[in-house]
Amino acid sequence: MVVAWVLMAALFSVSWFVNRERTLEAARLAWSLFREVLPMFVIVLVFTSLSLGLISEEVLLELLVGRGLLVGSITGAVAGSIAAIPSSVAFPLSAILLDKSVPYTVIAAFTTTLMMVGVVTFPLEREYLGFRAALVRNLAGLAMALVVSVAIGCFFGELP
Amino acid sequence: MPFWVVLLLAFAAFVALSAALHFEPGNRCGADFLAFARTMAGLLPPTFLLVGLFYAWVKRETVEKHMGSESGVQGYFWAIVLAGTIVGGLFVALPLCLVLQKKGASMKVILTFLNASMICRIPMTVFEASFLGVGFTIVRFAVSIPLLILIAWGMSSWLGEGFRISEP
Repeated sequence: MVVAWVLMAALFSVSWFVNRERTLEAARLAWSLFREVLPMFVIVLVFTSLSLGLISEEVLLELLVGRGLLVGSITGAVAGSIAAIPSSVAFPLSAILLDKSVPYTVIAAFTTTLMMVGVVTFPLEREYLGFRAALVRNLAGLAMALVVSVAIGCFFGELP
Repeated sequence: MPFWVVLLLAFAAFVALSAALHFEPGNRCGADFLAFARTMAGLLPPTFLLVGLFYAWVKRETVEKHMGSESGVQGYFWAIVLAGTIVGGLFVALPLCLVLQKKGASMKVILTFLNASMICRIPMTVFEASFLGVGFTIVRFAVSIPLLILIAWGMSSWLGEGFRISEP
């Protein structure tokens, strides 16, 4: 958290010295971007709190944590392939799950499929690439998520 | 009143009621929400400001200029850099693939760009590094950049010489 603030402060001062007008534009952009995602943000936050509090964490986290990394990662990958949420909401949500002891391996499966595999956007992709190429690209994304998950798992010591 | 405001008010009422009635699961929801909101309040301002700076300073068109001739390693490099500047994901990246095709870029470079536009976007990366840590981001990049080039290679040789991206 401190790193983000320090980096932001440093880059902002540099930007301010170089071009004041553009720095103000950056702040305005940041504000309008924030206002754009705020509704979705609040909705995801409320539903996450509700589901973690009411369905009891144990039941909900059972699939993501309790049955081992493989089941957890598959669950994460399925969720990531189907869900279509912007990264400005997805990564904060991932941080919450991480806080609730969901392993990095599972998070990586979720975020990578979220980026690379899109069930919802498949029709759009097919229009440009054709059915075969779009299908193969999405499957390749799924395979990639697997490799990234394993690498992340090894890096954070969750996998042997 | 927008949906999210109604939802927030209803949630606040629910938490207040839970506190009054000593409804334990309701109290947990409230405590969770406050904890999440505190984390977000600490991380969201610098993250959004960094993304704002990025948008203000990096113009996609500038990078696009470098994509004229796509031969050798340079083409891949610029494909990934261009992908980093994409805003709006597939809705912008797919039409740009058509532009690259018209400019004479090879299918390997175009597919590298398309894959990279999904996993290397800078604004997205800023969020990732802020919330999951820089280590997570570095490992993911180190693994996925070679992979996405590999996928582009494999796909374009499998699709063959005649394959073209079509106008929707």
